[in-house]
This record gives sequence, C-alpha cells and structure tokens, in this order.
Amino acid sequence: MTSPDVAGRGGPARVMLPKSLTGIDGFDEITEGGLPTGRPTLVCGPAGSGKSLFALQFLVNGATRYGEPGVFLTFEEARDDLVANTSSLGLDLAGLERDGKLLIDGVTLQPETIVETGDFNLEALMVRVAWAVEKIGAKRVAIDNVESLFVTFANRPAMIRSELQRLFRWLKANGLTAVITGERGVDTLTRHGMEEYLADCVVLLDQRVVQEVTTRRLRVLKYRGSIHGTNEYPFLIGLDGMEVLPITSLTMDQQVSDERLSSGMPGLDEMLGGLGVFRASSILISGTSGTGKTTLAANFANAACERGERVLFFSFEESPAEILRNMASVGLDLARWVAAGLLHFHCERPTTLGVEARLVTMQRLIHQIAPMLVIIEPVSSLSSDTQGPDASAMIVRQIHYLKSAGITTVLTSLTGSGSGEPSAQHISSLVDTWVLVRTLEGSGERNRGLYVLKSRGMAHSNQIREFILSDNGVRLVPVYIGPAGVLTGSARAAEETIERDIIAGLDEKAAQLAAALEGRREAVEAHVAAIRTDFETEESLTRRLVETTEERRVALQSERTAEGHKRTAASTVNSPSRERPGDPREGASR
Amino acid sequence: MTHEVAPDRLHLTLFISGASPASTRAVRRLRDLCDRNYPDGYDLEIVDVYQQPALVTSRGVVAVPTLIKDLPLPIRLLVGDFADESAVLTALGLPEPTAA
Repeated sequence: MTSPDVAGRGGPARVMLPKSLTGIDGFDEITEGGLPTGRPTLVCGPAGSGKSLFALQFLVNGATRYGEPGVFLTFEEARDDLVANTSSLGLDLAGLERDGKLLIDGVTLQPETIVETGDFNLEALMVRVAWAVEKIGAKRVAIDNVESLFVTFANRPAMIRSELQRLFRWLKANGLTAVITGERGVDTLTRHGMEEYLADCVVLLDQRVVQEVTTRRLRVLKYRGSIHGTNEYPFLIGLDGMEVLPITSLTMDQQVSDERLSSGMPGLDEMLGGLGVFRASSILISGTSGTGKTTLAANFANAACERGERVLFFSFEESPAEILRNMASVGLDLARWVAAGLLHFHCERPTTLGVEARLVTMQRLIHQIAPMLVIIEPVSSLSSDTQGPDASAMIVRQIHYLKSAGITTVLTSLTGSGSGEPSAQHISSLVDTWVLVRTLEGSGERNRGLYVLKSRGMAHSNQIREFILSDNGVRLVPVYIGPAGVLTGSARAAEETIERDIIAGLDEKAAQLAAALEGRREAVEAHVAAIRTDFETEESLTRRLVETTEERRVALQSERTAEGHKRTAASTVNSPSRERPGDPREGASR
Repeated sequence: MTHEVAPDRLHLTLFISGASPASTRAVRRLRDLCDRNYPDGYDLEIVDVYQQPALVTSRGVVAVPTLIKDLPLPIRLLVGDFADESAVLTALGLPEPTAA
C-alpha cells in the first residue's frame, strides 16, 4: 500500500504525469518519457535478467545526461567490485563519484557474521540513504536488490516489510525518482511481495532460453497514471549497456517516396514498370536454395553503391569474403564498394545470438552507418531459431522501422521446395515488392524462372522471365512460350535453333529469287538494247532513204524547170516560180 | 575512549537511534551485561546514527541497535536489543552464564 499523504504531489488537476528519462534506448519510448518522477519503480525479474544494469544505467544516465545526481544502494556487491565490474560496460562510476554525481553505497550483509539478540529495525539503513542523498543532492535513487534483506534477516520478514514501506514512503516524500529491484518469485512478481508497496510503476524483466539461445524481454506491467506499451519488448545487454529494441511507431504515418530506384538489373527494372522499385520500400526475394537470391540482392547493393549510397548488408549465412568472391564470379565487383566505404557487411551466424539480440545489433548498426539500402540475407534465418509468431512480430517491426527511416530494404527468404511459400507468408503481406525465383524443371535440367508476384504502386510484369547467371552478370530473358509451354534452358536453345534455321532458309530463298530477278532484268535489258540497235540502224537507213528521195525530187524538179524555160522562151516571161521555186506543180500549172 | 587498546580487551561500538526508549533500553541492557561479565573493564563507544551517518555507512550498519565487537577478533555484528542474553554472550566470546 502506498500512502498518498506523504507524496504531497497527487492531485486530480494534474494532466501529465512528470517523467524522468532513463536514457535506456527504447525504454523511454515505451513509457513515453521514462519513469514516474518522484516515485519509486519496481524492476523485477529472475537472477541475471539485467535488473542491476537497468538500475545502474538509470542512475548513470541521470547523472551524465540529465543533471540528476544519484545514489546507488546495492546489496549485491561491494562498491569496489561494482566499479570494477561495470568498467567493462564503459561506465566510469569512480569518476562520477569523484565529481559528486554519483554515490555508491555497497551494503554487504553477511548473514553468518550477524547475530540477532532481540528486536531491531532498519533505521540505520534509512539514515544511510538520507545521508547519501543529502550529500550529493541526489534526485535519483536505486536500491538493488532490496530482497537480500529478507535473506539476512530471515526470521523477521514482517519487520523488513514495514521498514521497506517506510523507506519507500520516505523516498516518495522527498521527491526522489527511484528504482527498486526485486527478485522474481514463483507465483508472485517478487519473492517477498514488494509489488504491494511499489504500485506506481512495475517493470518486468525476463530471460528465457529458447533452443539454447538466450532471449531477454522487458515488459511494463503497470504504470499508474500513464499510458505505456504493454507488449513484451526484446532487449539486449551489449557493449553499450542495456538497449531495448527501439519501438517503431506502428502507426502508418511514414513518408512515402515517389522516387524510383534501379535494381541494377535492367531486365528486372523493366518488369517493375520499367523504372525499378520505390525508395524506402521493402523488397522480398524468395526462392528455393540456389536460385540466385543473393545475386539479385547483391545487384541491388551494387546499383545503390553506383548511385553513391551507403549499403548495409546483413548476411547470416555467408562471410563477406564468400559473398565478394561469389559475386565476382558473376561479374559483380563489390570489393571496390567495400574499399570505398559504401558497402558495409555484417555477418553473423544465426545461432550465436538470440533473435532480439540480432535485431538490436542490426538497429544499432543501422544507426551507426546510416545506410540508404539494407539487405537482410536471409530474413528466414531470423525466425529459424525461435518459433513462429514471436520472431515474425520482430521482423514486422524491423521492416516498419526501416520503412519509417526511409531506408530501402531487400530481404531474401529461403523457401522450401514446395510451391507454397510458408516461411515468407508472414512477411509477404508487409513487403511492397515480392520477387519470386523458382526453378523450372524440364528436359532434364533445372533453370531459374523469375517473376514479380506483387509490386505495389506500379504496373508490373506478369511474365515469367528466365533468369540467367553468367560471368557477365544477370540477364533476364523472356522465356520461350511455344506449343509445349514455357521453355527454358537448352529446350529453349533448341527451339531457338530451329527458328534460326528456318529464318536462314528463308533468307537463302529470298537471295535466290533476288538473283533470279536480277538475271532476268539483265536479259530484258540486253534484249531492249538489241532492239534499240536494230531500230537505230533502221532509223539511219530510213533517213538516208528520205534524203536520197529528196535529192532525187529536187533534181527532177530542176530538170523540169529547165525544160519549161526552153518551151516558153518566146513569150513573156512571168516567173512566179521564182517566188516558190520549191513548188513545181504551181509553176507547171501556169 | 581513546586510550591504547589492548588486543584482549573488549572493544565495542553500539549504534543506536537518538534517545528513543528502545535505544535507551538497549544501552542499559548492554552496560548491565558487560558490567557483570567484564569486571576488568571494557570499552564501549555509543554512536547515534543520526549524528554520525558517515560512520554508519562506513561501518556497514543497517539496523539499530547494532553492536560491533571490534576486539578481540574476530569482529562480530550483533543486531537487536540484547533481550537474548545468551546469544550476546556467545557472540562476544564469553562462556554461558551458567558457567559464570
């Protein structure tokens, strides 16, 4: 039971509950601002679930980022041990203590050295906390783990309970934002029912081992006076301490882009409305093993690098060296992009980390590298080590996260040999473009057929293209559709040869015809020439005849005129014939 | 109580909270017990936790009353109001009252 009288800050008029940021990545998002200011929060979970780290980060971040000094009261380890152990997490507790931003009070209780002689209370503990808080002007307090008191003073649980209640009231009365950690009980949140007194905010940490991989979860069980995410959120304890998987707002308000990006394969771009995929969309490439999914994904990467964009390539099956070598064999030189700092690989065996750890790592890298394109190869490995809905929910979140960050995502997914796509089903509804690579069997060979199953927001091809991997890269060729159906590979080649032969035959025939025609024309022309020659001969002969005839006529006429003169020599000579000497008849009629 | 401490001489520090009745009772009981069992004398330092909180912290005290037996070694920590006299004596390394 909390007693509102000592809090002194309650009131119906308050609209927003004041909150204090923990600085733990992701947690402040779930709780929309952190822990309730001036109130104690119970953080419970089994041993090793990260309670102490949560408490410590809450204090350290408060001291370093939010200007709120903190007191760390730990029952778990001695001060020096704590300082040493946390330095590996990059926390400089000793330095913070020197600067008066942090005060560590290690309460090491050793039950075997303690003898109980009668009644007592824990007033000295209260005094210690109060003194520490006053000494550095603390705004935050963390008590870790309060339940060890029940172990030390095992026969007085009632006294400890009431004393702790007193302590919590005191913290509240002094407006201290506090984190109290407690060990998870069998049927209760904490072994000794601390949740009864710390009802303002309860955070549950959990650690499960699923198929030999540890996965950590966090859940905000209760947050009085505030809305909060109620899901279980995965978290990771990494080099930078605790990170809760940053929660993407699952609202659908992300920016959409009209920009189209080439896939790096003209044939595929052509199938995708001729322009390629949308920026910030997600592309799923699924297919059975050995269908060239990686190559397709690598082409996307290559195209992005050619545009000068950074690419982050997550590979859970192959090492960077393997990918570089394999891609070089199909004419893709990715090594130059690695050298140019554009292409970043992150390779990890799927079994080394839990799925959450992997996703958190991925997000951290995405933050660090700020890529424009992310490739996850294969996305199916993210779900292979944990069962079903858990992992797929995680992937859904990841895709949303990338989308809202404006990052184009290429996911590959390994499917079984069946025609169904079970492993891709849960994400297929989420992706924007789904490219399926299938093996087409026939004529004793397997060939690759590629088709675009869906692609939102564009008119995409409904054709199956044969997908050919060669030394020079990827080629997508329309498959041969003949009377026997879709033909690929050598069947297509054979069919194409037949076609080629027919065409060659036709060509030959046409040439023959053309030659024949030419011959005929030459013959005709020769004939024409001969006729012309004949004609010309005839013409000249005729002309000669005409000329001779004329000469004779002129000769005759002049003879006749001469005779006329002889006959009319005695009479008057009227000679109109002089005017028309050429007309012998006129002259003659006179 | 700042004289030379002999290693065999009993040296005690008692942490109490102010002048509460429980604290006063505890001090009385302890004095009485020590007077009876240490006729050769003993050193008893009484600390009010509210007056010397730094000492409370440095000595790792959480409960009141707490009695620390610094000498003779080993150091012992006694919590409670000394109602259980035989437990106190055992902890201080004295024989049971029946033998006294």
